[in-house]
Order: sequence, then C-alpha cells, then structure tokens
Amino acid sequence: MDFALSEEQELLAQSLRRFLEEDCPVTRVRELVADEPGSDGGVWKALCELGIAGLLVPEEHGGSGLGMLDAAIAAESLAWGVCPGPFLASAVMAPIALAEAGTPEQQKRLLPALATGSLRIAVAATELVSKRGEAGVEVRDGRLHGTTLLVLDAFGADLFLVPTDGGAGLALVEAGAAGLVQTGLPTVDRTRGFAELVFDGVAVSEWVGAEGGAAAATRRMLDAGRVVLAADALGASERALELAVAYALQRKQFDRVIGSFQAVKHLCAEMAAELEPARSLVWYAAHAFDHEPDEASLMAAHAKALLSEVGPFVVRTATEVHGGIGFTDEQNLHYWFKRVGVDRQLLGAPEVLHEEAARLQGLVD
Amino acid sequence: MDLTYGPRYESFRDELRAFLAEHAERAPRGGVGVSAGAAGEALRQWQALLIEHGYAARTIPKEYGGYGAEPDILERVIIDEELNAAGVSRGVGGQGPEMLVPTLLEHGSEEQKQRHIGPTVRGEEVWCQGYSEPGSGSDLASVQTRAVEDGSDFLITGQKIWTSTADVSDMMFGLIRTEPEAKKHAGLSYVLIPMDTPGIDVRPLVTMTGQAEFNEVFFNDARVPQANVVGKRGEGWAIANTTLRHERNMLASSAVLDGTLRSLITLMGEERVNGERPLDSPVLRDRLMSLQSRVTALKYHQLRMLTAQLQGRPPGVAGLVTKLAGCEVSHQLNGLGIDALGELGTLYDDSKHLRAGGRWQSQHMFTLGLIIGGGTAQIQKNIISERGLGMPREPKPAKA
Ligand SMILES: Cc1cc2nc3c(=O)[nH]c(=O)nc-3n(C[C@H](O)[C@H](O)[C@H](O)COP(=O)(O)OP(=O)(O)OC[C@H]3O[C@@H](n4cnc5c(N)ncnc54)[C@H](O)[C@@H]3O)c2cc1C
Repeated sequence: MDFALSEEQELLAQSLRRFLEEDCPVTRVRELVADEPGSDGGVWKALCELGIAGLLVPEEHGGSGLGMLDAAIAAESLAWGVCPGPFLASAVMAPIALAEAGTPEQQKRLLPALATGSLRIAVAATELVSKRGEAGVEVRDGRLHGTTLLVLDAFGADLFLVPTDGGAGLALVEAGAAGLVQTGLPTVDRTRGFAELVFDGVAVSEWVGAEGGAAAATRRMLDAGRVVLAADALGASERALELAVAYALQRKQFDRVIGSFQAVKHLCAEMAAELEPARSLVWYAAHAFDHEPDEASLMAAHAKALLSEVGPFVVRTATEVHGGIGFTDEQNLHYWFKRVGVDRQLLGAPEVLHEEAARLQGLVD
Repeated sequence: MDLTYGPRYESFRDELRAFLAEHAERAPRGGVGVSAGAAGEALRQWQALLIEHGYAARTIPKEYGGYGAEPDILERVIIDEELNAAGVSRGVGGQGPEMLVPTLLEHGSEEQKQRHIGPTVRGEEVWCQGYSEPGSGSDLASVQTRAVEDGSDFLITGQKIWTSTADVSDMMFGLIRTEPEAKKHAGLSYVLIPMDTPGIDVRPLVTMTGQAEFNEVFFNDARVPQANVVGKRGEGWAIANTTLRHERNMLASSAVLDGTLRSLITLMGEERVNGERPLDSPVLRDRLMSLQSRVTALKYHQLRMLTAQLQGRPPGVAGLVTKLAGCEVSHQLNGLGIDALGELGTLYDDSKHLRAGGRWQSQHMFTLGLIIGGGTAQIQKNIISERGLGMPREPKPAKA
C-alpha cells in the first residue's frame, strides 16, 4: 500500500535524464529543430532502443507492458530535456487507441512496429476539443473529406490516426495517400512537428474499431493524451526551476549571489510550492487512468488543467529570475517556456477542461 | 504505487459504515473540535467511541490510551472520507492531539507519555501552544520569557501572546528561556505548564472575526517542576520545531479542504441569484473547478507525504510546501463562497438572510489568520528556498 514511485520508475527517470544530458542537450535540440520543427535526428531511434516507444505496448507485442504512470514519468523526463520525438502520439495515444479498439490482427501487426519505432503514427485530435470553422473530418461514400488542424507529432509520420465525425470513428490513413495534402504548421515550440491535413476523398487504409463505433476508444485516447501532456508540462517546468535556482546561486549583483536576495528566493519557493502538489496530481491521474475507470476522465482533465496553470507560472518566473539573459535566444531557456506554452493549449486549455470537469460531475448540463 | 482497496479495506469500510449507521445521528457535526466548554462533553463522548472502534487515535500505542494499530495510509484515508461524507466530527483535534502528542511520542519521557497522551487524546486535557511573544514572532528563537531555578522547580516570568485556546486550556507547551548564558537557540527549553499554576494570568484577545480566538498569557513567578521539561534543557528549539512540523500539516489538512469544497459545491447548487444557481455562471464555475483541481492535488500530495514518512524516505522540498499551498487554497475556497453569495455574502452576526451562520465570512478571515499563524507565508518561503532548494540565508546586517 503506497503512493510513491517504484524503484524502477525512479531509475527510468534518472536514466532518461542522463541519456538526454549526454546525447541530446538543449544545444543539440536547437540544431536538430533549426530547419524543421519536430525533427529529431537519430534521437527518437535511440530512445526506441531504450524501449521508450514500447512502454505501453503489451509484452506479447514486443513492448514492456507498463502503465500510464510509467508513460507519465517518461514524458516528464523527455520534457525535462525538451526532447523532440513523437512520444505523445506514437507511444501513447496511438497504442492506447489500438489496445482499446484494434482487432487482434491489427494489434499483432501494428503494435510491434510502434514499439520498435519503425512505425510512427501521428494523431489528429484537435477537433475533439476545439473546432475551427469548417474543420473536422467526415466519411462520405467510404472516403474521408475535410480538414484537421494541429495534427500531433506529424513530423515523419507514416500513418495518421484520424477521428471522424466528431470521434465516432477512428481511421488510419497513409501519409502521402492520394487526395491528402499535408502542410507543416510551425508553432512557437519547435521541438514538436504539427501539421494541417486536408482530405479530398482520401481512402481509409483501415478502421480502428468499428466504423462509427470508436467513441469509447477515442475518449480513452484523449484522456491518455491529457495525462501525458500534464506530465510534459511538469517535466519542463521542473527543469526551468532547476535552471533558475542554479543561475541564482551563481550570478552576482551588489557583491552577493542573487539567490541570497529574498525577493529571488521567494520566487523560487513559489515555483516549488506550485509544482510539488501538481506533481502528486499527475501521479494520481496516471494511476486513475489504469485503475480507477470512474475517475479517469475527471482526473485527466484536472491534472491537465492544473499543470496548464502551474507550468506557465513557473516558466515565466524562471525567466524573470534569469534577468535579461533569460530573454535571449542564445540562453535557450525559452525552449522550456515554449514547450509549456504549447502544452497548455493542446487538447484543452484550463477553461475548456474546467467546463468538462464540471460536466463530468453533473454540476452543469 | 499501489492504492488497490483489497477485500481487507472493503470490509474495513463496511464496518465503518455500519458503525456510522448506528451512531452518526447522535454524533457532533463536522470537522475536528477542541473539547473544551459545554460542547466539550458531547465531543469527548464521541471521541471515546471513536477510539474504542479505532477511528481516532488509531496509531497511538494502547499503553498510552490509543487504539494501537499499525500506521496504514488507506485506513486513514477511508476514515477521513467516511466521517466527512457522513458530516460527523472526526473527533478531538487541536494543538494537544495534533501537535503535542506526536512530539511527546518522539521526545517525551516515559512518565510524560503515561501522564499526558491518554488524557489528551481523550479530550480531557486541553493544550495551548506558548511560543509567540510580543517581541518574538517570526524570529521565534528570540523569546524572552524566562525560567530561573528554585530548588527542583522553575519560576517562570514573562509574556506569551496570540496563544490560541489558552483561555480554555488545562496545559501549555511553551518555549522558555532556561539557560540565560547560552546562545540564542541553545538557551531554550520545551516546558509543560499547568495553566492553573498561581502566577499565570490569561486575557482573551478578540480577533477580526469578532471572536476571542487567541489570548495573552502573563507569567509572574509561576512555579513549574523542572521535570516538566521535554527532552533535555537547552534542546527546546529542536523539539519546538518537531511540533511546528506537525502544526503545518494540521493547518493544511486535506480533509478540511475537502469538507470546505463539498460545502461550497452544495452552496453553489442551492443558492439562486437572478433565478440562476451560482453554478450556472461560467466564471464562478471555472473558479470552482480550478480550486477543485488544487484541493485534489493536495489530497494526493498528503498521501505522497504519508508514504514517504512511513517508508522513512526524506520527502525533500515536497515536504515543505503543504502549509503554504494548503492555507492559500483554503482562503480562496472561502472567498469563492462569499462571491457565490454576492451581496448577501456580506451578512454577518445574526443578520436576517444569513447563510450557514456566516461561516463563509468568518472562515475567510480565519483562514487568513492561518496564513499568518504557524509561521507566516513569507517564513514558509524562506524555509522552502533555504532547506528545500539549498539557497543561502539572508546575510545578517552589520551591527551598527
Ligand atoms: C490565528 C492565529 C493563531 C495563532 N496561534 C498561536 C498559538 O497558539 N501559539 C503561538 O505561540 N502563536 C500563535 N500565533 C502567532 C503566530 O505564530 C505569529 O503571529 C507568527 O509567527 C508571526 O509572528 P508575528 O505576529 O510576530 O509577526 P512578525 O514576525 O512581526 O511578522 C510581520 C511581517 O513580517 C514578515 N517577516 C518577519 N520576518 C521575516 C523574514 N525573516 N523574512 C520575510 N518576512 C518576514 C512576516 O512574514 C509578516 O508579514 C497565532 C497567530 C494567528 C494569526
């Protein structure tokens, strides 16, 4: 009976951070994503060799069969290193959708490829949460029509997992299929590659779950995405706090380190006081995803909402602690600032999530 | 992580529910209370029943008057959840059971444990905390109230202030300067003082809520046996800090936050403003849900800290933030209660149209007191940054 990370989970966090520190520090991230957002060089491949892509894939399909808490720990560590790579879509949302609704044959064929990283699946989830104008994808005569914005982890994707008709169906579509136009959408966060997809009578290569009968799987996929985005914001802001404290202990003004000024110390204390309870909620939301089905959606919404409030507070405060240099391009602190800024908006900002939380509890119709 | 409620816990919960079905009707309502005054008798009876069944003083050893169970996080969560859900009191609380008892268990002599823990957890002995003085608040180690030796006794002289419940207490645990020659921190002892000692004078102080919530306590050659020192003479500072750690957890108890949140949700569903429930306002609803995410985070944060404590693992900076974060959320919950009531939220005393006895206003003020008491928010931030994040202390100003 305990509410703590296991030794294995702590090791996972440590080894991932060590790997990122040595093989992919922010200076390298900067080079990798300079030309194209989300471009990860060989980093994702190396992470796959460490088993990161297969964390949630069952052992019988070549993964490690671990749970959402393990995925959250990994996401936190990856964001700690502002690491590019399709962890959210390819290693979390797609495997969850396949596990929930895929046929045994699909699972056998697709999951091992996801686990080794030889297959990348991007996820088009934006319209599940916020629809722009005519956006949304519908099925007519067995083919896909419409538009979807901000497809997650689109860079380098082999397949797109596309919710149709508001999430009732989940279609898999091949990148480069006839009638499909993919346009990269740069965001402030260059560590992730987003795209717009326009469908003009695109053939579905296969359905995940029954055509029109995948709503429950879509819901699980959305909850999983929210938990992992909350963990991402946690890891990125945790690193921003570490960087702020380290800088404050080294930078001198008025003949003393700025970390001895109470105004600076209190900013750091406020960041820690916001982050630590939020971490406890991320753990619980991840735990609930696997073990408390009645609470899973509510906790995913609350965790994502809270980290979307706490994360931005921490990264802007950490920037202030750095003074002018924190505002420069060269210092690289902005990679964490931007990662958290994008985390906040994806799959629902606090206002959207609070509304959903109220509805889930029957507090409002 | 393992929070599975196995069959053992399900039957624990079932037993507790059966207990409540039988007894809840006659139980005092809500929260934890101090067992003083006329209301005290009902609370003491309820507490006796709770202890007998293991729903209070659960992990206090039997020989000291507790129930004697092994610490278990889920049992504790279940007890809090079920008593809260039934709206009944969780028993006797306050500075005695929640601060002194854990301190005595850690540092007290066998005789002190035998003599005080039982009566304290049963609510027969009510305690107050005598730390702050007019000249010593945040800078607590500067306290001046002093004890001089007189045979095997001490004679205590000086003044304490802001002493909660001193007017109804049987005993005080106080921080007293017993070694005038020693340096600031090393000159203090942690002394147990009977409040009926001749030479002690208690004067209630009315707070902003309109109630006399704390007191001034004057000492004039009050005679107390030296045997009443907990630990060794001169160790008072370290022992007082043990107590403060427990106070900080008590002030930000997640069971209290949870209870306030429930009342707030009820209020926002029952009131009608312009024919609509406060819950129908998207703005108020957004604030409510934001606070719910924070209350939920603190609930699991408490579980995480309990786990660290049971496993003997240092909690790090995470263990230092509870008071700061919890008291702030508590204050904001009560503020939202007032806003949900709008203009009627201002009513107080025995006003017509008053809601819930004016609790939203009085608790909004009282929780501001909690932000100050037990180490102010600013002192908490000093502690978090220095002990938690390894940042340097403020340099001392050069002596003029
Ligand atoms: C409701 C309530 C109940 C209480 N109950 C008890 C009780 O039962 N027993 C008891 O002994 N005491 C009790 N207290 C007293 C409480 O512990 C003190 O009020 C508190 O520690 C602050 O001390 P002070 O009032 O002297 O304020 P001060 O220490 O004078 O502080 C005034 C302001 O200065 C700031 N400040 C002071 N030093 C620093 C610093 N180093 N860095 C930054 N800011 C600083 C403070 O944060 C505060 O904002 C209670 C207080 C309240 C409000």
